[in-house]
Amino acid sequence: MAVMSYIQAVTSALKDEMERDDSVFVLGEDVGKKGGVFKATEGLYDQFGESRVMDTPLTESAIAGVGIGAAMYGKRPVAEMQFADFIMPAVNQIISEASRIRYRSNNDWSCPMVIRAPYGGGVHGALYHSQSVEAVFANQPGLKIVMPSTPHDVKGLLKAAIRDDDPVLFFEHKRAYRLIKGEVPEEDYELPIGKADVKKQGDDITVITYGLGVHFALEAAEKLEEEGISSHILDLRTVYPIDQEAVIEAAKKTGKVLLVTEDNKEGSIMSEVSAIISENCLFDLDSPVQRLAGPDVPSMPYAPTMEKYFMINPDKLENAMRELAEF
Amino acid sequence: MSQVDNRHQNLGLSDEQVLDMYRTMLLARKIDERMWLLNRAGKIPFVISCQGQEAAQIGASYALNLDKDYVAPYYRDLGVVLAFGMTTHELFLAAFAKAEDPNSGGRQMPGHFGQKKNRILTGSSPVTTQLPHAVGIALAAKMDGENIASLVTLGEGSSNQGDFHEGLNFAGVHKLPVITMVENNKYAISVPLERQISSESVADRGVAYGMPGYQVDGNDPLEVYRVVKDAHDRAMNGEGPTLIEAMTERLTAHSSDDNDKAYRTEEEIEEMKQKDSLISFAQYLRDVGVLTEEKEQALNKEIDDEINEATEAAENAPYAEPEDALKYVYAEKGGE
Repeated sequence: MAVMSYIQAVTSALKDEMERDDSVFVLGEDVGKKGGVFKATEGLYDQFGESRVMDTPLTESAIAGVGIGAAMYGKRPVAEMQFADFIMPAVNQIISEASRIRYRSNNDWSCPMVIRAPYGGGVHGALYHSQSVEAVFANQPGLKIVMPSTPHDVKGLLKAAIRDDDPVLFFEHKRAYRLIKGEVPEEDYELPIGKADVKKQGDDITVITYGLGVHFALEAAEKLEEEGISSHILDLRTVYPIDQEAVIEAAKKTGKVLLVTEDNKEGSIMSEVSAIISENCLFDLDSPVQRLAGPDVPSMPYAPTMEKYFMINPDKLENAMRELAEF
Repeated sequence: MSQVDNRHQNLGLSDEQVLDMYRTMLLARKIDERMWLLNRAGKIPFVISCQGQEAAQIGASYALNLDKDYVAPYYRDLGVVLAFGMTTHELFLAAFAKAEDPNSGGRQMPGHFGQKKNRILTGSSPVTTQLPHAVGIALAAKMDGENIASLVTLGEGSSNQGDFHEGLNFAGVHKLPVITMVENNKYAISVPLERQISSESVADRGVAYGMPGYQVDGNDPLEVYRVVKDAHDRAMNGEGPTLIEAMTERLTAHSSDDNDKAYRTEEEIEEMKQKDSLISFAQYLRDVGVLTEEKEQALNKEIDDEINEATEAAENAPYAEPEDALKYVYAEKGGE
């Protein structure tokens, strides 16, 4: 086992997959010589050359659209959107095209493509460098959306995404890039897309979250242990389609559920998780399902006071978890 | 008769080849006309036409390598997909939305072409999205060292979408073997050309993307063939992409749900019909002695029979099972 940062796990998965399969290539803005604005593709240009680590014009719709064409030809493109916030010009390509290519052609054509994008706040990124955009795509059958929390999950899930025969949106929490470190196996491994993961077993309350929220929940849970509150933490890992079985099991385990996302509350991934629980767990619940999320304002502002107010953090989780335990 | 300039020989096309081009044009026209009849008889819900654009579609397609090149067509490209190998029978299966329709198994409206075995990319309804796909095909082929080209077609209204700019710029920067042919029928549904673009032509935009842009008479299949053949040669020689604007007519309303009398005058429609390529190309072929009266009669009969058989077969073919609506959202485990 090697200890890696979250972003090193991204680079390592890309490198492995490009070595393993010649059809894998990377395209995006600044991914080549510069190695990406966050350095996610660092070293790949030198190793694989400019045709497989391709700097594109500033052109998100074409990054997606050209990737889709290459995928239909038989390549496995990994496109990078520099920030998830900038994916919007590519939404037509992703939703109208990538997600529907298999279905609309009755299984004749397919689109094995990954779109990676850094998302998330707490980095003084303001409205357009902080957003969570998963909810925009999370009711589009044909797409898969992966949002890992740990370096181990990043590497195993990015490999799985690249090997997947359908389009996968792979959202990486940009604050986690260097903040989160963890052990990553030396050998080749793949983690299943569509499967949630219990990050901590517990008996009193259940927290369901993903991305950076997982770490905040673990931190809060540790403090609450001292007060005798035992937390069960489920990491969704894939936010679309949701692992319903795992959600139901985790909710039933304690009967008290807190759903956490740093996205805006209304219409978020957690709205769907809540619906799954209400459809399946009514007689197992001991309290109303609770949600902790960003307020329903467009995105987090730049000034530190307002950013902190918007963003979830371990203290906010701790309070919400304690309240739920005391219900 | 001998005074007539034999233009196709000068282009390196045999008599058989031009006759085959004419046959495909006529087949496209007659399939389209049958679909309108079926629509008006209440048998199929929708039709969107190629009529008036056959010369551009077939002229362009025949200039390609139909065994290797890829095409990303748009909804009017009945002539293109016929040239690429889709059959009359398959087109009627699509019109009737039957299970065996190779385009989509009855999932999409007619005109949303796609057939992997013939390298026809699957298409959608939002316009111009196919342009970056054709660029991606060309990029992938170039990466593999495969010397092929991709053709992408679209209407002139579509040339105002962002994907037109993003896709052509990408193709230009990377010098990719992409041939973009805008079939300019001068209407985006009801909006005329002068309300769509302010430049002299769509072809003028080529220079902005570092590629040649040519405007061509889209009613003349041989002229379209010549220009697209040049573009194909450039692509094969590693000289990059070409933008072509074929000036065509839209002889029908936008679709079976449109009434073009609301925005076009009778005189305008009449004037358009005078330019019909089916008439002028047949006349050329008669003038050079390629199309005789007997051949013409035989050709018409052969096509009519083919269409009658295909209509009947498609009408009697089964629909997909209702639950088939659930299939193929994702790759099925264990392959399919």
